[in-house]
Amino acid sequence: MPIFASFVCGLVFGCGLTVSSMIQPAKVLGFLDVFGIRSGAWDPSLAVVMAAGLAVASIGYALVRRRSPLFEKESLWPTKKDIDQSLLFGALLFGVGWGLVGLCPGPAVANLATLSLPVIIFVIAMALGMLAHDLWPARAAVRAADNLKILKCPPSNTSITPAAQ
Amino acid sequence: MTNFTPVSAAIGGLLIGLSAVLLMLFTGRIAGISGIFGGLIKPQTSDRGWRMAFIVGLIAAPSIAAVGGYPVPMPQVPGSYITIIVGGFLVGFGARLGTGCTSGHGICGIARLSPRSIAATSVFTVAAIVVVALSRHVFGG
Repeated sequence: MPIFASFVCGLVFGCGLTVSSMIQPAKVLGFLDVFGIRSGAWDPSLAVVMAAGLAVASIGYALVRRRSPLFEKESLWPTKKDIDQSLLFGALLFGVGWGLVGLCPGPAVANLATLSLPVIIFVIAMALGMLAHDLWPARAAVRAADNLKILKCPPSNTSITPAAQ
Repeated sequence: MTNFTPVSAAIGGLLIGLSAVLLMLFTGRIAGISGIFGGLIKPQTSDRGWRMAFIVGLIAAPSIAAVGGYPVPMPQVPGSYITIIVGGFLVGFGARLGTGCTSGHGICGIARLSPRSIAATSVFTVAAIVVVALSRHVFGG
């Protein structure tokens, strides 16, 4: 059941990307091209997507926060709080890559449906980048420590949210 | 703003937000694609099932839409193959190092009012804007 439920969620997410055209790098780059405002090239659509997504997600998360998931034993709410160098540097690298191509993980993977060769190459490069990070011994140790913080939440039938949220 | 499509953007955004809420309600997981995909391809993972299912659904959506007659054009990916490879690598590495991407931080994280996600989203959005400005208006895309 959790498998089918996840499939449905992926389907809904993919529909959102398709309907909003965020699956098109040109649409995303149109938003990022803020300096194209003078020539009329700026396209605020991505901002509308984010606003609508945030409206639903913030209300929805507030509603489901207190309950345990329907098809799993416990929910995994991220517990890290500090804004550290890894976060900022990672975001910087991510942003540069995103600005270069206009693709991020969601649209890139969804676009595999088109069998586009540039997309396939992008996804392979993205996968290599992810593995390069995850298999890097020093980073793996940091991640392992973070995972222990998440797993410390005691499994129970009531909702799991760490007190420090 | 010749390409602004507010209605479809709003509907699409609602669906993305809904997907995140449903994933949390159903399985207790954050709908961050870099996390879902990254966790799927990692050599030592114990929960490939739900990850694979989500990714399959994600890829199935445009396929089904296209079969159903909804316009799904071939993506126009800019730049040379070098740019695509470098961009892809940076997106993958950066998302793992920064523990999230546009969906994980931008939607799920900000929806939780996470200061980390607000910071990350601000940084990667500004960085992307700068890169686009340079490639389109300085170096002449």
